Amino acid sequence: MLAVNEIPVPARRVTYREAVREGLRAALLRDPKVFLMGEDIGRYGGCFAVTRGFLEEFGEARIRDTPLAEAGFVGAGIGAALGGMRPIVEIMTVNFSLLALDQILNTAATLSHMSGGQFSVPLVIRMASGAGRQVAAQHSHSLEGWYSHIPGLRIVTPATIDDAAGMLAAALACPDPVIIFEHMNLYNMQGELTEAAAHVDIERAAVRRPGRDVSLITYGASLYKCLAAAEELATREVEAEVIDLRTLRPLDEPAFVESVRRTHRAVIVDEGWRSVGLAAEVGMRLMERAFYDLDAPVQRVCGVEVPVPYAKHMEEAALPQVAQIVAAVESMLAHGA
Amino acid sequence: MAHDFRMPSLGPDMESGTLLEWRIKPGDEVRRGDIVALVETDKGAIDVESFAAGTVEKLLVAPGTRVPVGMVLARFSGAEVQAAAAPEEAAPAAAARAEQSPALAEPAAALAAAATASAPAQRQRISPAARVRARQLGIDPAQVTGSGVGGAVTLEDIARYAAAVAASPPPAEPARAAPDMRQVIARAMTRSKREIPHYYLSLTCSFLAARTWIEQYNAGVGIQGRLLPSALMLKAVALAAQAMPEFNGFYRDGQFIPSASVHVGMAIAMRGGRLVAPAILDAGTKTIDVVMSELRDLTTRVRAGHMRSAELTASTITVTSLAEEGVDLIVPAIYPPQTAIVGFGSILERPWIVNGTVRPAPLVTITVAGDHRVTDGRAGARFLAYIRDALQAPQRL
Repeated sequence: MLAVNEIPVPARRVTYREAVREGLRAALLRDPKVFLMGEDIGRYGGCFAVTRGFLEEFGEARIRDTPLAEAGFVGAGIGAALGGMRPIVEIMTVNFSLLALDQILNTAATLSHMSGGQFSVPLVIRMASGAGRQVAAQHSHSLEGWYSHIPGLRIVTPATIDDAAGMLAAALACPDPVIIFEHMNLYNMQGELTEAAAHVDIERAAVRRPGRDVSLITYGASLYKCLAAAEELATREVEAEVIDLRTLRPLDEPAFVESVRRTHRAVIVDEGWRSVGLAAEVGMRLMERAFYDLDAPVQRVCGVEVPVPYAKHMEEAALPQVAQIVAAVESMLAHGA
Repeated sequence: MAHDFRMPSLGPDMESGTLLEWRIKPGDEVRRGDIVALVETDKGAIDVESFAAGTVEKLLVAPGTRVPVGMVLARFSGAEVQAAAAPEEAAPAAAARAEQSPALAEPAAALAAAATASAPAQRQRISPAARVRARQLGIDPAQVTGSGVGGAVTLEDIARYAAAVAASPPPAEPARAAPDMRQVIARAMTRSKREIPHYYLSLTCSFLAARTWIEQYNAGVGIQGRLLPSALMLKAVALAAQAMPEFNGFYRDGQFIPSASVHVGMAIAMRGGRLVAPAILDAGTKTIDVVMSELRDLTTRVRAGHMRSAELTASTITVTSLAEEGVDLIVPAIYPPQTAIVGFGSILERPWIVNGTVRPAPLVTITVAGDHRVTDGRAGARFLAYIRDALQAPQRL
């Protein structure tokens, strides 16, 4: 796991940023059809410094700075993908991706269907999402749930170092458009990069901590809040299982259904807004598939339904916190309340 | 006003009963006290009476069905419930059931609630998983007390209930399987010895005056009207209980609740080694000939397996006698939640000193077992003396 610990050899201790960077670099080195496109990724080195030095190493043809025109460069990426290339498009944050939503939904996600499968769009879009860095309401939202609504897209959310490095290769191998959401709070996180990164999939959810009393179902940076909550619950003799969904579309439904069938309780933790969100979808699947295994109503711990505030204390208040997850679990286990 | 007629609890350990026979049909007018059904329990077939008057609207359970205590068996319309009479009679059963199911703990209260509220009963809160597990284990969730949020029954509650059921003897599954009286007695007596700090006192007294009076009385009546010593014993205990109410009632929830009425339970052996202690209701206020005729009627019906529900649950104190077995004295165990029991040994010819002279006389040894949480030996001694004195003046009984 990612706890601060001795580094076993041959695992290397890297940041999430370096892991993403290694994934990109490996793809560039492996396949000449791969190229990067996005705002400030070349000379500036990327707004999260993921692509620093790439321009010098791979040249302007493969590391392309774009104008501030999301619809334009995402559309160009779709065209390149249709033309046989393997473009990796970076959008600074999910908020800005809304400018390209027409391209993503009406073109990238749709062409394969409209052409009867004659054209596929093997486009990879990376974007940062999430809050916690005091960058206010126009840079902080979690819209993974919105994108997960769209048929024709595959949505992945690497939360670990291995996934940060390895999911890109799997995404490039996918014939359909894939959106990779990188939570901006994770870039500085350190952990071990292991050989397992070379074999990660973008199909399955992962059990990050096994437990028997409750399933904490989450993705992205909220994984670490869930793991912290599970630690705290363990001191109270409650064993929480933590499920990292990893791929939000299509959801690995059997994974979390199977978990809840064992634990009989579920809390879904999602930084996105609660209403009509990803947590609602997961909860509804549990109703459909695990109703008779539930021993308590399914609970959600989600972002408060306001634009994410700038002020530190208000931003914290607007996001799921460990104490809330613990409280939600305890309320389900409370007897005679 | 609608009224639900439910499977009554006919003893502290009754969990379910089999409806053998309906004595009513839809459209019948039922008066309070009418026998409406015959129910098979561990104690045999019981005639169950109604606490409510009304018109039978619907019978909900078919004869031959085994149902848990508290389940609705029939619905009356235009019902009037005599709430005043019900609580006392239902009390012993209620006390025992309280451990398991608060919702069903007070049948009388439930009756009253059903009479005042026409709204349908609230659906039980139970988690889907608990419902499935209950079905797998053959458990009726209505019997399980919920400990989850809002009182919901959870998997843990089902597991706890299943463990408790496994620890206690399983109820007879087939509808007409032989009830295991031994297990019922075992449970009641184990509870008695576990929970009640008994103290015991005994005294021996002459039964000469009583016997002489019985002989004179019996000379004047037909065979059907003849008195037996047990009628006098029972009446003497009833009078003592009237005079000393601390021996007459129930110990519930950490306190003694005296009973305004004296219903003396009489231990009666049944065929096949069974034993029950149905009550002579209001024994203290009935004349000796009425007590005797009721005792005779009760004994006949018990041995034929026909008891009424009120008789089985009403006793406020119990009398037991092994007079026919030749024993000197009996040291009995209190039948919970009662707080006293009086035992009579055999009436035997023994030497007895009267005015300095040894004479043969019929003697009986009377024992009282008292609940030390309620009374102590000094009170018990007075109680015993009261019974003794009452037997010395049989004409006043």
